[in-house]
Amino acid sequence: MSENTFGLMAEFKSAHDIFEASAKLRDAGFKKWDTFTPFPVHGLEKQMGIGRSHVPWIVLAGGISGFTTGALITWFMNGHDYPLVVGGKPFWSMIYPFPVMYELTILFSAFGAFFGQFLLNRLPQHHHAVFNSEQFERCSDNAFFVVIEAADPLYNEPQTRALLEQVGAFNIHLVNK
Amino acid sequence: MSHAADHSAPDRPAVLAKVQPLKVLPRKPLVLNNRDFHWITEKICRIVEDPAPTWWWVCFFVSAGLATFLGFGLLWLVSTGVGVWGLRPPTFWGWDIVNFVWWIGIGHAGTLISAVLCLLRQKWRTAINRASEAMTIFAVMCAGIFPLFHVGRVWFAWWLFPIPVSQAIWPNFRSPLEWDVFAVSTYFTVSVLFWYMGMLPDLGTLRDRAVKTWRKYFYGALALGWRNSTRHWRNYEMAYLILAGLSTPLVLSVHTIVSFDFASAIVPGWHTTIFPPYFVAGAIFSGFAMVLTLVLPLRSMFKLHELITQHHIDCMCKIILATGSMVGYAYAMEFFIAWYSGNIYEAFTFINRAFGQYAWAYWIMISCNVISPQLFWFRGVRSNTALVFVICLFVNCGMWFERFVITVTSLANDFLPSAWGYYSPSITDIFTFFGTMGFFSMLFLLFVRFLPMLPIAEIKHVTQAADPHFHPDDAGHERSAHSAARPMAVAEGGHR
Repeated sequence: MSENTFGLMAEFKSAHDIFEASAKLRDAGFKKWDTFTPFPVHGLEKQMGIGRSHVPWIVLAGGISGFTTGALITWFMNGHDYPLVVGGKPFWSMIYPFPVMYELTILFSAFGAFFGQFLLNRLPQHHHAVFNSEQFERCSDNAFFVVIEAADPLYNEPQTRALLEQVGAFNIHLVNK
Repeated sequence: MSHAADHSAPDRPAVLAKVQPLKVLPRKPLVLNNRDFHWITEKICRIVEDPAPTWWWVCFFVSAGLATFLGFGLLWLVSTGVGVWGLRPPTFWGWDIVNFVWWIGIGHAGTLISAVLCLLRQKWRTAINRASEAMTIFAVMCAGIFPLFHVGRVWFAWWLFPIPVSQAIWPNFRSPLEWDVFAVSTYFTVSVLFWYMGMLPDLGTLRDRAVKTWRKYFYGALALGWRNSTRHWRNYEMAYLILAGLSTPLVLSVHTIVSFDFASAIVPGWHTTIFPPYFVAGAIFSGFAMVLTLVLPLRSMFKLHELITQHHIDCMCKIILATGSMVGYAYAMEFFIAWYSGNIYEAFTFINRAFGQYAWAYWIMISCNVISPQLFWFRGVRSNTALVFVICLFVNCGMWFERFVITVTSLANDFLPSAWGYYSPSITDIFTFFGTMGFFSMLFLLFVRFLPMLPIAEIKHVTQAADPHFHPDDAGHERSAHSAARPMAVAEGGHR
């Protein structure tokens, strides 16, 4: 293995095949590896042994801050800094500006979901080693790939190659960094 | 999908024979002719990659020409004053508000398709969600123009936002118009985020297929380095689901708040509690009609019959039928409550709507919105594409008249007969409105040309071959029999 190797890339012919193979690669103990599919294959993350997404926590934080922002700006503007007398009603209550708080809760939660997804995925990213494989262009069309990184402690080129073959992969090739 | 084959299958669990599960009709395929993933990619990407067809250029120049009407209308308005619109006592909300509500209502179907139908797992939404989300965004842009310029001095429109200004006055958050500012701007922002995030994998596909350098850079920059990794799909799908969950209450709140613009006033005919649900149903109704108006011509021009199937059209027609009936119910209920309330002003307003000086508008509304969609009860009508298109045009038209009837009749004839008047639009009103149609069509044509019009990854995802429990050898077998056979398939996995 040269210093320049990113890992081994292998192709599978269907969603079914990569789904079954992923469980075997997971059981083999690999940690630094990934699968690439033209569309989300449901349950594949479980087969790979990766947990649930953490996006919801970022959304929760966004929602709480949105609601608080809505409450604070309406209180500050209409109740504190420039109190408006409207029909002798209280300067500020939770009721009348509720639409503002409601909309800001949704807006900030949506920011949480959108930017949280990018943050957790480390995107945008200018380049990634997988794009060095000329085969990889087909991944956004109809090809299913597994990449086992050379950085994985269990990685050993001939053995990993043999394992990939055994779980049904073809077109196994090295990818440069 | 033959049931007979299952019963003879040797691996069929014995319990099934005992309980005799209900025979369910197979689901209609969402992609016809069992097309593979590559065919789907080719079909959708080619729309963007092939040279633009002649009809596209013709439509583009016509709509761009029409869009200049909008520019001239607004220029004339800003340089002269809001008086160039047909607004005069007693009607200070005329076509501008009618157009605002009409456009924003159209936008709602896009969000309904992308969000509500996603939560309800209506998989047929995948073929049409991208185009209808684009429709939402462009419709909200058109909608926003009207209140923005109605403020008079448009260069002060930013005072609507809670930004400190020199005279130290803050917006009044008791006003539904201020709620509108928050609702509509949130709606626009969230719709754009949802649309763009959904497009990310498909932009990656266009990037990977790009041959010309400018395309590589253009789509490469837009795709943000998306690489279809499962570790990414996991966060992506979660974010997508949450955005759908957030957009659902959002879309309901936006038209609710739009209806508050009317309902919180004491004007007879506006001051009713039925307005929020009635407006939301109307919005979905008009939006679906607009989706079909846009999608049906594109379907035949780009030969998308295998991706946007008769089943899709059927589903949309049924939603139009359901929401159209809700709208009809709301019209009837308004009349009933006007009588039941015992309020003479309220009762007069509704009789006046149907038989007064705007009766022509009222009956156009009733015939387009209540009567025409009832034809969708018949399968023959739903499968006649030309007829569906015409009915959808009627619905679009009827929903515009609904907003006209609500806005204008109540203002033109309110409490004091001495203050009554008859509203008619000015030529500038008409120019500006048709200008927004041109602007909308222009944006939509650009979208069709440069961005993936149908979601590539999502359509692949709803095909049978995308199911990880599907194996080509099992094609044509009933799902339950297949699941029973699964453990064996796993065991065979190693030497296949």
